[in-house]
Amino acid sequence: MATAERYVLAIGTKKGLWLATSPDRRDWSLSGPHFLMSEVPSIGIDTRGGRTRILVGVRSEHWGPTVFHSDDLGETWNEPEQGAIRFPEGADAALERVWQIHPDAESRPGVVWAGCEPISVWKSTDGGEHFELNRGLWDHPHRGEWGAGYGGAAAHSILVDQTGEKVHVAMSTGGVYRSLDGGSSWEPRNKGISAYFMPDPDPEFGQCVHKIAADAAVDGRLYAQNHHGVYRSDDDAENWESIAEGLPADFGFVMLTHPRRAGTAWVIPLKADGERIPPEGRLAVHRTDDAGASWKRLDDGLPASDFNSVLRDAACVDAAEPAGVYFGTRGGSVYASADEGEHFAEVASHLPDVLCVRAAEVSPAFASGPAGPGAAVNA
Amino acid sequence: MAEISVVLPSVLQPLAGGQSYLTAPADAAATVEAVLDLVTGDYPALARRLRDETGAIRRYVNIYVNGNEIRRLRGLATEVSPGQEVLIIQSVAGG
Repeated sequence: MATAERYVLAIGTKKGLWLATSPDRRDWSLSGPHFLMSEVPSIGIDTRGGRTRILVGVRSEHWGPTVFHSDDLGETWNEPEQGAIRFPEGADAALERVWQIHPDAESRPGVVWAGCEPISVWKSTDGGEHFELNRGLWDHPHRGEWGAGYGGAAAHSILVDQTGEKVHVAMSTGGVYRSLDGGSSWEPRNKGISAYFMPDPDPEFGQCVHKIAADAAVDGRLYAQNHHGVYRSDDDAENWESIAEGLPADFGFVMLTHPRRAGTAWVIPLKADGERIPPEGRLAVHRTDDAGASWKRLDDGLPASDFNSVLRDAACVDAAEPAGVYFGTRGGSVYASADEGEHFAEVASHLPDVLCVRAAEVSPAFASGPAGPGAAVNA
Repeated sequence: MAEISVVLPSVLQPLAGGQSYLTAPADAAATVEAVLDLVTGDYPALARRLRDETGAIRRYVNIYVNGNEIRRLRGLATEVSPGQEVLIIQSVAGG
Protein backbone atom coordinates (compact mmCIF):
# COMPACT_ATOMS: atom_id res chain seq x y z
CA MET A 1 0.00 0.00 0.00
CA ALA A 2 1.28 3.44 -0.83
CA THR A 3 2.41 5.40 2.17
CA ALA A 4 -0.40 7.88 1.72
CA GLU A 5 -3.15 5.28 1.96
CA ARG A 6 -4.91 5.92 5.23
CA TYR A 7 -8.34 4.39 4.88
CA VAL A 8 -9.57 0.93 4.10
CA LEU A 9 -13.07 -0.04 3.00
CA ALA A 10 -13.81 -3.76 3.07
CA ILE A 11 -16.66 -4.95 0.89
CA GLY A 12 -18.16 -8.36 1.53
CA THR A 13 -20.29 -9.73 -1.28
CA LYS A 14 -22.15 -12.83 -2.27
CA LYS A 15 -19.09 -14.01 -4.18
CA GLY A 16 -16.08 -12.70 -2.37
CA LEU A 17 -14.38 -9.81 -0.63
CA TRP A 18 -13.01 -6.64 -2.16
CA LEU A 19 -10.80 -4.12 -0.42
CA ALA A 20 -10.63 -0.46 -1.29
CA THR A 21 -8.03 1.93 0.03
CA SER A 22 -7.79 5.67 -0.09
CA PRO A 23 -5.52 8.46 1.07
CA ASP A 24 -8.38 10.88 1.54
CA ARG A 25 -11.70 8.96 1.42
CA ARG A 26 -12.38 10.44 -2.03
CA ASP A 27 -10.12 8.53 -4.41
CA TRP A 28 -10.36 4.79 -3.86
CA SER A 29 -8.31 1.91 -5.26
CA LEU A 30 -10.04 -1.45 -5.40
CA SER A 31 -8.43 -4.89 -5.07
CA GLY A 32 -9.94 -8.34 -5.09
CA PRO A 33 -11.70 -10.58 -5.09
CA HIS A 34 -10.50 -12.48 -2.08
CA PHE A 35 -12.34 -15.73 -1.29
CA LEU A 36 -13.84 -15.84 -4.75
CA MET A 37 -17.15 -17.71 -4.87
CA SER A 38 -17.59 -17.63 -1.11
CA GLU A 39 -19.97 -15.17 0.45
CA VAL A 40 -18.64 -12.69 3.00
CA PRO A 41 -21.55 -11.61 5.16
CA SER A 42 -19.55 -10.15 8.05
CA ILE A 43 -16.46 -8.03 8.49
CA GLY A 44 -14.79 -6.51 11.51
CA ILE A 45 -11.90 -4.09 11.26
CA ASP A 46 -10.03 -3.99 14.54
CA THR A 47 -7.63 -1.07 14.81
CA ARG A 48 -6.98 -1.31 18.52
CA GLY A 49 -3.50 -1.51 19.91
CA GLY A 50 -1.75 -0.09 16.87
CA ARG A 51 -2.64 -3.06 14.69
CA THR A 52 -5.16 -3.27 11.87
CA ARG A 53 -6.76 -6.70 11.80
CA ILE A 54 -9.47 -7.44 9.28
CA LEU A 55 -11.72 -10.29 10.36
CA VAL A 56 -14.13 -11.77 7.86
CA GLY A 57 -16.88 -14.30 8.14
CA VAL A 58 -16.64 -16.42 5.01
CA ARG A 59 -19.12 -19.02 3.90
CA SER A 60 -18.78 -21.44 1.05
CA GLU A 61 -21.91 -23.20 -0.12
CA HIS A 62 -19.81 -26.32 -0.44
CA TRP A 63 -17.34 -26.13 2.40
CA GLY A 64 -19.22 -24.28 5.09
CA PRO A 65 -18.54 -21.20 7.20
CA THR A 66 -15.32 -20.03 8.79
CA VAL A 67 -13.58 -16.91 10.03
CA PHE A 68 -10.37 -15.63 8.48
CA HIS A 69 -8.23 -12.76 9.66
CA SER A 70 -5.54 -10.68 8.04
CA ASP A 71 -3.02 -8.50 9.80
CA ASP A 72 -1.52 -7.15 6.58
CA LEU A 73 -4.59 -5.62 4.94
CA GLY A 74 -5.45 -8.66 2.91
CA GLU A 75 -2.05 -9.67 1.66
CA THR A 76 -2.35 -12.93 3.59
CA TRP A 77 -5.24 -14.59 5.40
CA ASN A 78 -5.23 -16.99 8.30
CA GLU A 79 -7.75 -19.20 10.00
CA PRO A 80 -7.29 -21.28 13.12
CA GLU A 81 -7.07 -24.93 12.11
CA GLN A 82 -9.88 -25.96 14.42
CA GLY A 83 -12.01 -23.00 13.34
CA ALA A 84 -12.58 -19.77 15.22
CA ILE A 85 -16.23 -20.55 15.90
CA ARG A 86 -17.36 -24.09 16.61
CA PHE A 87 -20.37 -25.20 18.56
CA PRO A 88 -19.22 -27.27 21.51
CA GLU A 89 -20.02 -30.93 21.81
CA GLY A 90 -23.47 -31.39 23.23
CA ALA A 91 -24.87 -28.23 21.69
CA ASP A 92 -26.24 -30.34 18.85
CA ALA A 93 -25.82 -27.47 16.45
CA ALA A 94 -23.54 -26.48 13.62
CA LEU A 95 -22.45 -23.03 12.59
CA GLU A 96 -24.28 -21.88 9.49
CA ARG A 97 -23.09 -18.32 8.98
CA VAL A 98 -21.25 -15.56 10.83
CA TRP A 99 -23.46 -12.49 10.64
CA GLN A 100 -21.60 -10.06 12.83
CA ILE A 101 -18.03 -9.46 13.95
CA HIS A 102 -17.79 -6.70 16.50
CA PRO A 103 -14.49 -5.59 18.05
CA ASP A 104 -15.16 -4.42 21.58
CA ALA A 105 -14.09 -1.13 23.18
CA GLU A 106 -10.56 0.20 23.16
CA SER A 107 -10.40 -0.50 26.87
CA ARG A 108 -10.88 -4.23 26.25
CA PRO A 109 -8.21 -5.09 23.69
CA GLY A 110 -8.51 -8.54 22.25
CA VAL A 111 -12.21 -8.84 22.95
CA VAL A 112 -14.26 -9.44 19.83
CA TRP A 113 -17.91 -10.46 19.70
CA ALA A 114 -19.64 -12.43 16.99
CA GLY A 115 -23.29 -12.96 16.16
CA CYS A 116 -24.16 -16.09 14.26
CA GLU A 117 -26.70 -18.33 12.65
CA PRO A 118 -28.20 -20.32 14.28
CA ILE A 119 -29.05 -17.54 16.72
CA SER A 120 -26.06 -17.32 19.01
CA VAL A 121 -23.57 -14.86 20.41
CA TRP A 122 -19.90 -15.58 20.83
CA LYS A 123 -17.00 -13.83 22.52
CA SER A 124 -13.29 -13.97 21.80
CA THR A 125 -10.57 -12.67 24.07
CA ASP A 126 -7.71 -13.30 21.63
CA GLY A 127 -8.52 -10.90 18.86
CA GLY A 128 -11.03 -13.09 17.11
CA GLU A 129 -8.99 -16.26 16.68
CA HIS A 130 -11.09 -18.36 19.05
CA PHE A 131 -14.61 -17.65 20.22
CA GLU A 132 -16.62 -19.08 23.08
CA LEU A 133 -20.34 -19.61 22.89
CA ASN A 134 -22.38 -17.34 25.16
CA ARG A 135 -24.27 -19.95 27.12
CA GLY A 136 -26.60 -17.45 28.75
CA LEU A 137 -28.26 -16.67 25.44
CA TRP A 138 -27.86 -20.14 23.94
CA ASP A 139 -29.59 -21.74 26.92
CA HIS A 140 -32.26 -19.06 27.13
CA PRO A 141 -35.73 -20.57 27.58
CA HIS A 142 -37.04 -18.46 24.70
CA ARG A 143 -34.63 -19.94 22.17
CA GLY A 144 -37.00 -22.57 20.91
CA GLU A 145 -39.51 -19.85 20.05
CA TRP A 146 -37.17 -17.61 18.11
CA GLY A 147 -37.77 -17.76 14.40
CA ALA A 148 -35.97 -17.18 11.16
CA GLY A 149 -36.16 -14.08 9.05
CA TYR A 150 -36.00 -14.35 5.29
CA GLY A 151 -32.22 -14.45 5.41
CA GLY A 152 -31.97 -16.95 8.23
CA ALA A 153 -32.15 -17.05 12.02
CA ALA A 154 -29.32 -15.01 13.39
CA ALA A 155 -28.03 -12.65 16.03
CA HIS A 156 -26.99 -9.73 13.85
CA SER A 157 -26.42 -6.76 16.17
CA ILE A 158 -24.24 -6.64 19.26
CA LEU A 159 -23.78 -3.46 21.30
CA VAL A 160 -21.54 -3.34 24.34
CA ASP A 161 -21.31 -0.30 26.60
CA GLN A 162 -18.13 1.18 28.04
CA THR A 163 -18.40 -0.85 31.24
CA GLY A 164 -18.69 -4.12 29.37
CA GLU A 165 -21.58 -5.10 31.59
CA LYS A 166 -24.46 -3.81 29.49
CA VAL A 167 -24.89 -5.72 26.25
CA HIS A 168 -27.73 -5.47 23.75
CA VAL A 169 -28.27 -8.08 21.08
CA ALA A 170 -30.80 -7.99 18.27
CA MET A 171 -31.92 -11.05 16.38
CA SER A 172 -34.18 -11.89 13.51
CA THR A 173 -36.56 -13.00 14.64
CA GLY A 174 -36.66 -12.64 18.37
CA GLY A 175 -36.15 -8.94 18.89
CA VAL A 176 -33.87 -7.13 21.28
CA TYR A 177 -32.36 -8.85 24.30
CA ARG A 178 -30.38 -7.11 27.01
CA SER A 179 -27.84 -8.30 29.49
CA LEU A 180 -26.77 -6.23 32.48
CA ASP A 181 -24.11 -8.66 33.64
CA GLY A 182 -21.79 -8.84 30.68
CA GLY A 183 -23.76 -11.52 28.90
CA SER A 184 -24.42 -14.00 31.68
CA SER A 185 -28.18 -13.51 31.64
CA TRP A 186 -30.55 -11.98 29.12
CA GLU A 187 -34.02 -10.47 29.07
CA PRO A 188 -36.12 -9.37 26.09
CA ARG A 189 -36.58 -5.62 25.76
CA ASN A 190 -39.06 -4.88 22.99
CA LYS A 191 -41.79 -2.78 24.59
CA GLY A 192 -43.11 -0.45 21.94
CA ILE A 193 -41.74 -2.34 18.93
CA SER A 194 -44.49 -3.71 16.75
CA ALA A 195 -44.68 -7.28 15.57
CA TYR A 196 -47.67 -6.64 13.32
CA PHE A 197 -47.10 -9.96 11.59
CA MET A 198 -47.89 -11.96 14.73
CA PRO A 199 -51.29 -12.72 16.27
CA ASP A 200 -50.29 -10.54 19.23
CA PRO A 201 -48.66 -7.49 17.69
CA ASP A 202 -47.05 -6.49 20.97
CA PRO A 203 -45.36 -9.63 22.28
CA GLU A 204 -42.60 -9.69 24.84
CA PHE A 205 -40.29 -11.06 22.16
CA GLY A 206 -40.51 -12.28 18.59
CA GLN A 207 -40.08 -8.93 16.88
CA CYS A 208 -38.14 -8.82 13.64
CA VAL A 209 -35.63 -6.14 14.50
CA HIS A 210 -33.38 -5.62 11.50
CA LYS A 211 -30.61 -3.58 13.11
CA ILE A 212 -29.88 -1.64 16.28
CA ALA A 213 -27.24 0.99 16.97
CA ALA A 214 -26.22 2.96 20.03
CA ASP A 215 -25.93 6.70 20.34
CA ALA A 216 -22.27 7.33 20.99
CA ALA A 217 -22.82 10.31 23.25
CA VAL A 218 -26.05 9.65 25.14
CA ASP A 219 -25.90 6.76 27.57
CA GLY A 220 -28.92 4.51 27.29
CA ARG A 221 -30.05 5.80 23.89
CA LEU A 222 -30.52 3.24 21.15
CA TYR A 223 -32.01 3.27 17.68
CA ALA A 224 -33.69 0.40 15.85
CA GLN A 225 -34.69 -0.28 12.27
CA ASN A 226 -37.44 -2.82 12.49
CA HIS A 227 -39.36 -4.89 9.96
CA HIS A 228 -41.56 -1.86 9.42
CA GLY A 229 -40.86 0.67 12.09
CA VAL A 230 -38.00 2.95 13.09
CA TYR A 231 -37.57 3.43 16.81
CA ARG A 232 -35.53 5.10 19.53
CA SER A 233 -35.10 4.17 23.15
CA ASP A 234 -33.77 6.55 25.76
CA ASP A 235 -33.71 4.05 28.59
CA ASP A 236 -31.56 1.14 27.50
CA ALA A 237 -34.36 -0.51 25.53
CA GLU A 238 -36.88 -0.51 28.37
CA ASN A 239 -39.23 1.44 26.09
CA TRP A 240 -39.15 2.16 22.39
CA GLU A 241 -40.94 4.96 20.55
CA SER A 242 -41.41 5.53 16.86
CA ILE A 243 -39.20 8.03 15.08
CA ALA A 244 -40.39 7.08 11.61
CA GLU A 245 -42.29 10.30 10.96
CA GLY A 246 -40.57 12.25 8.24
CA LEU A 247 -39.17 9.20 6.48
CA PRO A 248 -40.57 8.10 3.11
CA ALA A 249 -40.99 4.55 4.47
CA ASP A 250 -40.48 2.81 7.77
CA PHE A 251 -39.11 -0.39 6.25
CA GLY A 252 -35.42 -1.05 5.73
CA PHE A 253 -32.45 -2.85 7.18
CA VAL A 254 -29.82 -0.23 7.97
CA MET A 255 -29.33 1.68 11.19
CA LEU A 256 -26.13 3.64 11.71
CA THR A 257 -25.12 6.12 14.39
CA HIS A 258 -22.47 8.78 14.52
CA PRO A 259 -19.18 7.73 16.11
CA ARG A 260 -19.17 10.70 18.50
CA ARG A 261 -22.09 13.10 18.11
CA ALA A 262 -25.35 12.76 19.98
CA GLY A 263 -28.57 12.46 18.06
CA THR A 264 -27.16 11.65 14.63
CA ALA A 265 -28.25 8.46 12.87
CA TRP A 266 -28.70 7.25 9.31
CA VAL A 267 -31.21 4.89 7.70
CA ILE A 268 -31.75 3.77 4.14
CA PRO A 269 -35.50 3.25 3.69
CA LEU A 270 -37.05 0.66 1.45
CA LYS A 271 -40.61 0.96 0.31
CA ALA A 272 -42.18 -1.96 2.14
CA ASP A 273 -41.92 -5.56 3.23
CA GLY A 274 -43.57 -6.63 -0.01
CA GLU A 275 -41.67 -4.12 -2.19
CA ARG A 276 -38.07 -4.13 -1.11
CA ILE A 277 -36.86 -1.31 -3.30
CA PRO A 278 -36.00 2.31 -2.57
CA PRO A 279 -39.23 4.33 -2.46
CA GLU A 280 -40.12 5.34 -6.02
CA GLY A 281 -36.93 3.66 -7.18
CA ARG A 282 -34.89 6.58 -5.88
CA LEU A 283 -32.06 5.46 -3.64
CA ALA A 284 -31.39 7.78 -0.72
CA VAL A 285 -29.88 7.88 2.73
CA HIS A 286 -31.77 9.74 5.43
CA ARG A 287 -30.04 11.35 8.38
CA THR A 288 -31.36 12.71 11.61
CA ASP A 289 -29.39 15.13 13.74
CA ASP A 290 -32.01 15.42 16.44
CA ALA A 291 -32.48 11.81 17.49
CA GLY A 292 -35.27 11.16 15.05
CA ALA A 293 -37.39 14.28 15.47
CA SER A 294 -36.65 15.14 11.84
CA TRP A 295 -34.92 13.54 8.87
CA LYS A 296 -32.93 14.92 5.96
CA ARG A 297 -32.85 13.18 2.60
CA LEU A 298 -29.32 12.70 1.24
CA ASP A 299 -28.94 11.59 -2.36
CA ASP A 300 -26.30 13.80 -3.91
CA GLY A 301 -24.10 11.57 -6.02
CA LEU A 302 -26.51 8.64 -5.95
CA PRO A 303 -28.18 7.38 -9.13
CA ALA A 304 -31.45 8.93 -10.16
CA SER A 305 -32.98 5.50 -10.44
CA ASP A 306 -32.05 2.36 -8.54
CA PHE A 307 -34.23 -0.57 -7.60
CA ASN A 308 -31.75 -2.43 -5.42
CA SER A 309 -32.04 -2.84 -1.69
CA VAL A 310 -29.36 -2.30 0.92
CA LEU A 311 -28.92 -5.06 3.47
CA ARG A 312 -28.48 -4.59 7.21
CA ASP A 313 -24.70 -4.77 7.33
CA ALA A 314 -24.10 -3.36 3.88
CA ALA A 315 -23.71 0.08 5.43
CA CYS A 316 -21.30 1.54 7.95
CA VAL A 317 -19.68 4.66 9.25
CA ASP A 318 -16.03 5.27 9.96
CA ALA A 319 -14.59 7.12 12.94
CA ALA A 320 -12.99 9.97 11.04
CA GLU A 321 -13.92 13.65 11.26
CA PRO A 322 -16.28 14.34 9.65
CA ALA A 323 -17.67 10.83 9.75
CA GLY A 324 -17.66 8.82 6.55
CA VAL A 325 -20.77 6.96 5.47
CA TYR A 326 -20.58 3.92 3.20
CA PHE A 327 -23.08 1.51 1.75
CA GLY A 328 -23.43 -1.10 -0.95
CA THR A 329 -26.44 -2.38 -2.82
CA ARG A 330 -27.60 -5.77 -3.94
CA GLY A 331 -26.83 -4.50 -7.41
CA GLY A 332 -23.14 -4.41 -6.57
CA SER A 333 -22.60 -0.69 -6.30
CA VAL A 334 -20.73 0.77 -3.34
CA TYR A 335 -20.99 4.44 -2.40
CA ALA A 336 -18.87 6.48 -0.02
CA SER A 337 -19.34 9.85 1.56
CA ALA A 338 -16.59 11.68 3.41
CA ASP A 339 -18.97 14.28 4.78
CA GLU A 340 -21.61 12.40 6.72
CA GLY A 341 -23.76 11.69 3.70
CA GLU A 342 -23.97 15.15 2.16
CA HIS A 343 -22.21 13.93 -0.99
CA PHE A 344 -21.68 10.39 -2.23
CA ALA A 345 -19.34 8.97 -4.84
CA GLU A 346 -19.38 5.49 -6.30
CA VAL A 347 -16.39 3.44 -5.14
CA ALA A 348 -17.26 0.23 -6.97
CA SER A 349 -19.89 -0.95 -9.37
CA HIS A 350 -21.13 -4.23 -10.81
CA LEU A 351 -19.84 -6.32 -7.92
CA PRO A 352 -21.91 -9.26 -6.72
CA ASP A 353 -24.63 -8.48 -4.15
CA VAL A 354 -23.06 -6.47 -1.36
CA LEU A 355 -23.66 -8.10 2.00
CA CYS A 356 -21.40 -6.15 4.30
CA VAL A 357 -19.15 -3.10 4.31
CA ARG A 358 -16.80 -1.81 7.01
CA ALA A 359 -14.43 1.14 6.86
CA ALA A 360 -11.65 2.36 9.11
CA GLU A 361 -8.62 4.54 9.28
CA VAL A 362 -5.74 2.09 9.22
CA SER A 363 -3.18 1.86 11.95
CA PRO A 364 -0.10 4.03 11.53
CA ALA A 365 2.06 0.94 10.99
CA PHE A 366 0.24 0.33 7.72
CA ALA A 367 -0.01 3.93 6.69
CA SER A 368 3.79 4.00 6.52
CA GLY A 369 4.44 0.40 5.53
CA PRO A 370 5.01 -1.26 2.17
CA ALA A 371 2.45 -4.05 2.35
CA GLY A 372 -1.20 -3.77 1.59
CA PRO A 373 -4.02 -4.59 -0.71
CA GLY A 374 -2.28 -3.15 -3.73
CA ALA A 375 -0.10 -6.22 -3.55
CA ALA A 376 -2.86 -8.53 -2.48
CA VAL A 377 -3.38 -11.88 -4.08
CA ASN A 378 -6.69 -13.57 -4.33
CA ALA A 379 -7.45 -15.60 -1.26
CA MET B 1 -0.98 -53.64 4.85
CA ALA B 2 -3.61 -52.64 2.32
CA GLU B 3 -4.82 -49.09 2.16
CA ILE B 4 -7.95 -47.11 1.58
CA SER B 5 -7.41 -43.95 -0.43
CA VAL B 6 -9.40 -40.77 -0.07
CA VAL B 7 -9.22 -38.70 -3.24
CA LEU B 8 -9.54 -34.95 -2.77
CA PRO B 9 -10.80 -32.35 -5.21
CA SER B 10 -8.12 -29.87 -6.22
CA VAL B 11 -9.70 -27.04 -4.29
CA LEU B 12 -9.20 -28.90 -1.01
CA GLN B 13 -5.69 -30.15 -1.67
CA PRO B 14 -3.97 -27.09 -0.13
CA LEU B 15 -5.62 -28.02 3.15
CA ALA B 16 -3.93 -31.43 3.00
CA GLY B 17 -0.43 -30.16 2.41
CA GLY B 18 -0.91 -30.21 -1.35
CA GLN B 19 -1.69 -33.93 -1.52
CA SER B 20 -4.24 -35.11 -4.04
CA TYR B 21 -5.18 -38.10 -1.94
CA LEU B 22 -4.76 -39.36 1.58
CA THR B 23 -4.45 -42.97 2.66
CA ALA B 24 -5.57 -44.95 5.63
CA PRO B 25 -4.00 -48.34 6.42
CA ALA B 26 -6.68 -51.00 6.47
CA ASP B 27 -6.57 -54.72 6.90
CA ALA B 28 -10.34 -54.94 7.06
CA ALA B 29 -13.37 -52.99 5.93
CA ALA B 30 -13.93 -49.68 7.69
CA THR B 31 -16.72 -47.14 7.68
CA VAL B 32 -16.41 -43.92 5.73
CA GLU B 33 -16.68 -42.10 9.03
CA ALA B 34 -13.70 -43.97 10.46
CA VAL B 35 -11.68 -43.43 7.31
CA LEU B 36 -12.39 -39.72 7.28
CA ASP B 37 -11.56 -39.44 10.97
CA LEU B 38 -8.25 -41.11 10.33
CA VAL B 39 -7.11 -39.29 7.22
CA THR B 40 -8.22 -35.82 8.32
CA GLY B 41 -6.87 -36.15 11.84
CA ASP B 42 -3.78 -34.17 10.92
CA TYR B 43 -5.75 -31.74 8.78
CA PRO B 44 -8.52 -30.23 10.91
CA ALA B 45 -9.22 -27.41 8.44
CA LEU B 46 -9.85 -30.06 5.79
CA ALA B 47 -12.09 -31.98 8.17
CA ARG B 48 -14.22 -28.87 8.74
CA ARG B 49 -14.76 -28.46 5.01
CA LEU B 50 -16.23 -31.93 4.77
CA ARG B 51 -18.28 -32.23 7.95
CA ASP B 52 -19.81 -29.79 10.41
CA GLU B 53 -19.49 -29.82 14.19
CA THR B 54 -22.19 -32.45 14.54
CA GLY B 55 -20.25 -34.76 12.25
CA ALA B 56 -22.73 -34.46 9.40
CA ILE B 57 -21.47 -34.31 5.84
CA ARG B 58 -21.97 -30.83 4.45
CA ARG B 59 -24.94 -30.54 2.15
CA TYR B 60 -23.02 -29.97 -1.07
CA VAL B 61 -20.19 -32.38 -0.37
CA ASN B 62 -20.64 -35.69 -2.15
CA ILE B 63 -18.68 -38.77 -1.15
CA TYR B 64 -18.52 -41.80 -3.39
CA VAL B 65 -17.52 -45.36 -2.61
CA ASN B 66 -17.18 -47.74 -5.49
CA GLY B 67 -18.97 -45.24 -7.69
CA ASN B 68 -21.95 -44.82 -5.41
CA GLU B 69 -22.79 -41.69 -3.45
CA ILE B 70 -22.90 -42.70 0.19
CA ARG B 71 -26.17 -40.91 0.94
CA ARG B 72 -27.76 -43.61 -1.22
CA LEU B 73 -25.94 -46.29 0.73
CA ARG B 74 -25.53 -46.14 4.49
CA GLY B 75 -24.18 -42.63 4.76
CA LEU B 76 -21.11 -42.32 6.93
CA ALA B 77 -21.70 -45.90 8.07
CA THR B 78 -21.04 -47.13 4.55
CA GLU B 79 -18.21 -49.63 4.60
CA VAL B 80 -15.11 -49.36 2.47
CA SER B 81 -12.93 -52.34 1.75
CA PRO B 82 -9.15 -52.33 1.68
CA GLY B 83 -7.97 -51.27 -1.75
CA GLN B 84 -11.05 -49.20 -2.48
CA GLU B 85 -11.18 -45.47 -3.01
CA VAL B 86 -13.28 -42.86 -1.30
CA LEU B 87 -13.88 -40.08 -3.76
CA ILE B 88 -14.82 -36.58 -2.57
CA ILE B 89 -16.45 -34.26 -5.09
CA GLN B 90 -18.25 -31.02 -4.55
CA SER B 91 -21.73 -31.12 -5.97
CA VAL B 92 -22.66 -29.14 -9.03
CA ALA B 93 -24.55 -26.31 -7.41
CA GLY B 94 -24.64 -22.57 -7.15
CA GLY B 95 -25.23 -19.62 -9.37
